[in-house]
Amino acid sequence: MSEVIKVGMADLQVVTPPNTIRTSGLGSCVGVVIYDDTSLVAGMAHVMLPTSSLSRQEKTNEAKYADTAIPALLFEMEKLGIRHYSLKAKIAGGAQMFSFSTGNSDLMRIGPRNVEAVKEKLKELRIPLIAEDVGGKSGRTIEFNPKTKLLNIRTVNKGTTEI
Amino acid sequence: MDFAKKLKPYQLDVLKEIGNIGAGHAATALSQLLNKSIDMSVPSVRIVSFQDLPDQVGGADTKVAAIFLRIDGDAPGSMFFISTIEDTEKLIRQLINKEAFQLQQPPFDEMGESAFLEVGNILAGSYLSSLSDFTQLSLQPSVPGFSVDMAGAILSYGLISLSEVGDYAIVIDTQMMELEAEKPISGHFFLLPDPESFEIIFSALGVDRHE
Repeated sequence: MSEVIKVGMADLQVVTPPNTIRTSGLGSCVGVVIYDDTSLVAGMAHVMLPTSSLSRQEKTNEAKYADTAIPALLFEMEKLGIRHYSLKAKIAGGAQMFSFSTGNSDLMRIGPRNVEAVKEKLKELRIPLIAEDVGGKSGRTIEFNPKTKLLNIRTVNKGTTEI
Repeated sequence: MDFAKKLKPYQLDVLKEIGNIGAGHAATALSQLLNKSIDMSVPSVRIVSFQDLPDQVGGADTKVAAIFLRIDGDAPGSMFFISTIEDTEKLIRQLINKEAFQLQQPPFDEMGESAFLEVGNILAGSYLSSLSDFTQLSLQPSVPGFSVDMAGAILSYGLISLSEVGDYAIVIDTQMMELEAEKPISGHFFLLPDPESFEIIFSALGVDRHE
């Protein structure tokens, strides 16, 4: 029996085969999958904002920000035994759901900013980015299977792809 | 503690009244536009976690039609009008008299799309102008955007400013529905004020003085 582990908005979870891991309705948010190519331990984070310096919370939810979510995800994966040199990443999301000619441009560009921040953090931690499906105008639901190492991406209007 | 959870019951009542006044005017405007009777629900003010917000309209995966706009001025925030695909199709068909209008597969009929945006303009305009009169605050709606996509992906846009201060959103939700129809069209009005706007709204209404 395999189970689907669900990752909510601003949340992170880890998974091992035969279970899979899924997050639904990614818009400007970015879904980050990190997996160990040898031990098949994987984790997923649903990142909402690029940097924790934006936080005005008393207690920061680490899963919410690109710069804190990735280290927090690695911390959780380490508990299940991972080798840092065999880690790989796949990402999806960062869409621009609405286009406006006026208004708060920083807010509207949040998708691309999230993608940039995630990539930067992965680079800093020397985790190779194997595949990505980012940008565009569509929401995505993504599901990662740690056994096949494939990330299934579903959109409302463009069907399903695997990366 | 999370910012949204610090609100007191009387402050929530004030927000409910805001939903009542705003949506009341918006319902009147919609009723004139469609030349039909429109009923609205008693507004509810809920403090919901980001995870649970898409559940209010059927779940993060659910395909919905939405109009989104930003509120600029003294008390910034985000506003959504969200409805099912079927109901939105019905609403637009009535407006443009085109039975073939569909929202299942893009590209969408341009006239229908702009009719829906115009509905968004009218609803938001009447909601905000009544709110403006009531609070004496200057509130201007941005040009609305339109999307047919997953509820989670759409609603997350309204959460960006809020997510910097917490994991909860204060949602002022009013449901509108057509009267005298077998299968009435209904839709949700979500008002999500930015975190700093609450104090501005409360002090404009003088509710912070009597603790």
